[in-house]
Amino acid sequence: MAEHVAPAAGARSGIWSWITTTDHKRIGILYGVTAFVFFLIGGLEALLIRLQLASSQNDLVSAETFNQLFTMHGTTMVFLAVMPLSAAFFNYIVPLQIGARDVAFPRLNAFSYWVFLFGGLFLNASFIAGPILGADSLSVAPDAGWFGYANLTSRAYSPGFNVDFWVLGLQVLGIASLAAGFNFIVTIVNLRAPGMRLMRLPVFTWMTLVTQFLVVTAFPVITIGLVFLMFDRFFGTNFYQVSAGGDLLLWQHLFWLFGHPEVYILILPPMGIVSEVLPTFSRKPLFGYAVVVYSGLLIGVMGWGVWSHHMFSVGLGPIPDSVFAGTTMLIAIPTGVKIFNWLATMWGGQLRFTTAMLFALGFIAMFVIGGLSGVMHASPPADLQQTDTYFVVAHIHYVLFGGAIQGIFAGIYYWWPKMTGRLMNERLGKTHFWLGFVGMNLAFFPMHFIGLLGMPRRIYTYGPELGLDSLNLVSTIGALLIGVSILVFAANAWWSLRHGETAGNDPWGAPSLEWTISSPPPAYNFSVIPEVVSRLPRWSRTQMRAIPDVPPEPVHVPGGSFWPVIAALGIGVLATGALLHTLWVVLAGAAVLVVAIYAWAFEPFEV
Amino acid sequence: MRTLTALALGALMLGAVACGGPYPQSTLDPAADFGSHIDELFRWIFWFAVGVFVVVESLLLFVVVRYRARPGAPEPERVHGNTLLEIGWTLVPAVILILIAAPTMQTIFRTDGTPPEGALEVDVIGHQWWWEYNYPELGITTANELHVPQGRPVSLRLTSRDVIHSFWAPRLGGKRDVIAGRTNRISFTADSAGVFLGQCAEFCGESHAKMGLRVFVDDSVTFTQWVAGQRAAPPSADTLPDLARRGWEAFRLIRDPASNSCIACHTVQGVSGGVLGPNLTHMGSRSTVAAGALPNTAEGLARWLRDPPAEKPGSKMPRIGLTEDEIAALVAYLQLLR
Ligand code: HEC
Ligand SMILES: [Cu+2]
Ligand SMILES: [Cu+2]
Repeated sequence: MAEHVAPAAGARSGIWSWITTTDHKRIGILYGVTAFVFFLIGGLEALLIRLQLASSQNDLVSAETFNQLFTMHGTTMVFLAVMPLSAAFFNYIVPLQIGARDVAFPRLNAFSYWVFLFGGLFLNASFIAGPILGADSLSVAPDAGWFGYANLTSRAYSPGFNVDFWVLGLQVLGIASLAAGFNFIVTIVNLRAPGMRLMRLPVFTWMTLVTQFLVVTAFPVITIGLVFLMFDRFFGTNFYQVSAGGDLLLWQHLFWLFGHPEVYILILPPMGIVSEVLPTFSRKPLFGYAVVVYSGLLIGVMGWGVWSHHMFSVGLGPIPDSVFAGTTMLIAIPTGVKIFNWLATMWGGQLRFTTAMLFALGFIAMFVIGGLSGVMHASPPADLQQTDTYFVVAHIHYVLFGGAIQGIFAGIYYWWPKMTGRLMNERLGKTHFWLGFVGMNLAFFPMHFIGLLGMPRRIYTYGPELGLDSLNLVSTIGALLIGVSILVFAANAWWSLRHGETAGNDPWGAPSLEWTISSPPPAYNFSVIPEVVSRLPRWSRTQMRAIPDVPPEPVHVPGGSFWPVIAALGIGVLATGALLHTLWVVLAGAAVLVVAIYAWAFEPFEV
Repeated sequence: MRTLTALALGALMLGAVACGGPYPQSTLDPAADFGSHIDELFRWIFWFAVGVFVVVESLLLFVVVRYRARPGAPEPERVHGNTLLEIGWTLVPAVILILIAAPTMQTIFRTDGTPPEGALEVDVIGHQWWWEYNYPELGITTANELHVPQGRPVSLRLTSRDVIHSFWAPRLGGKRDVIAGRTNRISFTADSAGVFLGQCAEFCGESHAKMGLRVFVDDSVTFTQWVAGQRAAPPSADTLPDLARRGWEAFRLIRDPASNSCIACHTVQGVSGGVLGPNLTHMGSRSTVAAGALPNTAEGLARWLRDPPAEKPGSKMPRIGLTEDEIAALVAYLQLLR
């Protein structure tokens, strides 16, 4: 094979080859591994939170630390874990599903990853940066909540570096998401193999496309909010300054105008994964393919019209409250439609309960609960009792842990053999699933009661008079169980990489294109670009057979570039300069960025 | 296996609910019209949710049990969809949602905070991390513990002096955010007398967890007495017993720095006019100290005065470095401010 390949990126090894890689598969792996590490950090933060709340008047951590923990837990899980875990699949799987040899802009793709990494490191550096910055505590981590409501985030009420880390870190991460968003839109629109019409796209790729449109439209909105905040903090402007005529609801509108589409950015890709896994292990095509796709599109569009359901208690008035209640309830319909189509997919099938399938089933079972509690606080009066309490914490965790994270695990177990060439251990996989399933229900179900019985979220301590000690203890035990399940998963990954059974091209008998090539695929993915004649290429009558690794004529694979990582570094330096209020560092970062982009633009590079 | 796990989990949770309690901040046990309207609506929605839950999860269980792969079974039929079914499971949820939306809209307007005829108006001002209450009609200013008459409509006008807070007394009704530059309203009529616990529900900084509140719903006699007490002038200095008089002196003392003097931050009618902290004119009549952080006993007050940030992290009342003698005197004085 090697003789046919020009500078074969895939064949290279060593750290440098990973730093300069532009291979979407390697970038996918980098995304996955990095995001998993951040997921572990976010998980540790969650465990500390739960341990603190295990009993009333506990003093394991201080108020200050607790506030940092829940802020960083939320920020980390949303921006550094769930989003980039999905990105790992966008990177690795989407080009394979559409029959492409890479993404449209491979260097931009590398750039996205490195910016994400530096943004994540920047945010987490706040945990130990205190002494360097002259603060009187080790940690100066963000502490104003993951939605950082103005004016608590203003200099007057948050004088330290904490919020600076947050406002700069999120802007850096936004750059990474935007670059990736444009890249994947162009990739999916332009790089499809001949015959891969839009209505033949696998649902995962479809949901990726919808998600990327949400990313490129939603992130600018939060960026505007963050830039205002940055200007208020650094240059004394008055966007969120009530005494100067600012309106604090401006931030809330900007944040949630981003924040609700963000919810779908988090959940649509896992929904796509589930839509791949269920048919494969039911041996039946997805029921109502077109309806599932259109409902995903509809959710994406309607997701823009519901943001004020996060603001029912701010006093918008009965008319806006009614309107947003209506739109929010409407969005439950396309969501419900998806669930019924999934059930119908399995109806009459031959279900095989692999670990991937268990997680997909777990997704449905748990997401339904999150959806139903969502409908409850879509009703503004009910929400007046539920918002800002543990009831909402229960809701988001059924949606994002029971839903998104379980969906992502389904994807990991499903595509692991494609990525590594080896199957994961099923016994460990099932242990992981059941521990996690029991754990999450113990951790999150009692939170519904905890909230309805009067416990607000984000409190570092509560009194015994609330009567909530035992429920909180159950919840903490559940959280620990989840922790154990994640350890089992890590062990499984470790073991499978070495000893897992060899997978072959298609261990599951799956319908889509990625299973026609070897596992892991060669650097150029497809030795010949396949001609697609059906939506389920491997299940149709003209069943598409395995594509050989050896290309009939040389395939040119780009050799990699180090300019993306340099450009990303420039952004990191720039953000650090802003944090330190040091102009020359800002300028140095900007200079590195400009030089790197210039060099990148003139670098000879072919796809 | 699944059913068993589910049953075990359910039992465990019910057990936990049963051995907890009583729940003084329960939203499920309303004691005013505002809370009752919400509770009624919530229960209506709740049963629909239970219905949908049971249907969907049973379908899921059924499918999982019935269609598990059997060795030697024929390949399943490749069905691609069914328009009628799609229409069906679009319409049924739509109908359910209409059944939820209609009473929702109705309740939105019933609970929007418009003050009813003859309501007692109270201005509620959120501070980091305590509540200020002004009764313009009665000329009363107090803190953290709100007194309202049973059976008479009350209308709270909410605003903040600093960051966003949220006023929440769950058994009386829902929360509304307390936002600088805006005025929000909560209106309710409490139907039973008693003490109702609540707390700030919007994260507002370091001691958000300790921004409690209490609403005393008083029958008409008690309320009249309370009003009279709050409007009475505090005892004059020369009527004070010895220890309390020394407390009065310590209270008026200009300290170094001057911003550490009690009078720089607190008002006691006829003594001082500070506004950074709660009005202490009738401190002795409250049941708790510092928004529920401590009981209002000699011991509780002393602990507070000794080191406020230790009781309430980040407290805007600094540690002043009072001597134990001063503390004892101040406690005696504050307890007499009834
Ligand atoms: C810098 C301003 C400041 C100074 C000086 C100050 N306080 Fe305070 N005080 C506050 C604030 C603010 C609170 C509310 C704290 C909270 O609940 O978070 C408070 C609360 C209290 C309370 C509890 C009030 C209640 O309603 O529960 C008492 C009692 C009190 N202070 C007494 C004193 C005495 C006595 C002194 C002088 C030795 C003093 N304070 C000095 C600002 C101050
Ligand atoms: Cu939302
Ligand atoms: Cu608060």
